[in-house]
Amino acid sequence: MSEATLKVRIWRGAEVGRFEAYEVPRRTSQTVLDVVTWIQRRIDPTLSYRFACRVGMCGSCAMTVNGVPRWTCRTHVTKVARDDTVTIAPLRNLPVIKDLAVDMTAFFDKWARAGGRFVPKADAPNDFAVVAPDSQERRAADAGIECIGCAVCYSGCDVVSWNGDYLGPAALNRAWTLVNDVRDGARTQRLAAVAGDAGCHACHSQQSCREYCPKHLDPTGSIAGLKRATVRAAMKGDL
Amino acid sequence: MAQRTARAETLLWLAQRASAAVLAVCVAVHLATIIYAVQGGLTAEEILGRTRGSAWWLAFYSIFVVAVAVHAPIGLRTIVREMTPWRGASLDGATAIAAIALIAFGWRAIGGLVG
Repeated sequence: MSEATLKVRIWRGAEVGRFEAYEVPRRTSQTVLDVVTWIQRRIDPTLSYRFACRVGMCGSCAMTVNGVPRWTCRTHVTKVARDDTVTIAPLRNLPVIKDLAVDMTAFFDKWARAGGRFVPKADAPNDFAVVAPDSQERRAADAGIECIGCAVCYSGCDVVSWNGDYLGPAALNRAWTLVNDVRDGARTQRLAAVAGDAGCHACHSQQSCREYCPKHLDPTGSIAGLKRATVRAAMKGDL
Repeated sequence: MAQRTARAETLLWLAQRASAAVLAVCVAVHLATIIYAVQGGLTAEEILGRTRGSAWWLAFYSIFVVAVAVHAPIGLRTIVREMTPWRGASLDGATAIAAIALIAFGWRAIGGLVG
């Protein structure tokens, strides 16, 4: 009896390229990252892709699997294969360097542009700050803080594909966690940074980010929070 | 500059949301009136008989026109910025012209209806 195989189509090249077909033996609990690694180690060592932790912590291995952005190390083949076939492409909305590796520069630059860096208040105490775990701000920050920066949401966002300047769900979600950080001293500057002409108000609330986020975060909700916060700041004359 | 842009974008977003809330009511009343008005056939005399000299319909459609003139140009500006490279003062000017045109055409229509 012959071994069960998976038909795999993988994007080869850069912005211009083509899908190439491979056959990979099926394994129990096989992930999409296992499949890509098998091809690189057994068939074509020139296949380029990115991974690090293999356990869903680092956010390195995101790719487009059968048209959907996913973290490949935690995506089982059985969940996504259709007719024993899987098509693997690089993430959308980011320049392709080679094969499955994309240039993440714009993605992380936007975190910086959205004020993603914590700025302590001028009168910050030397001791640990005490933040009540059940306070509204702490709970709002908690809801978005587990982002691993995989860019799955950014890849799935249609607004990013329409407007390349749009800050995107991950950067805005990060800004929202800091807006709710009571220790932070740059609230006004951050709200100004996220309310520009390619900021939170450009979001259409289509919720692709929420749908695709492997950590089940809700960037759409975070962006809605930013919209409300910017309106309140504008009404008070702070913005 | 960035702060001024942020304030302007925030207020435009708020204006579009607020006008959408007004339009939700206006469109519902408008559609319900259409359904009611066509029950016994539809004639210009019947419509004008209901609307001519009516302070209520004047007030209602005035609010409707203002809400449209606020809501639609902001949405068009967003669509243009998503679908084309057009940005900046010329686009903002075109948005204002669209708003003025909608007010003008709307008032003209109201004049015909209640005048």
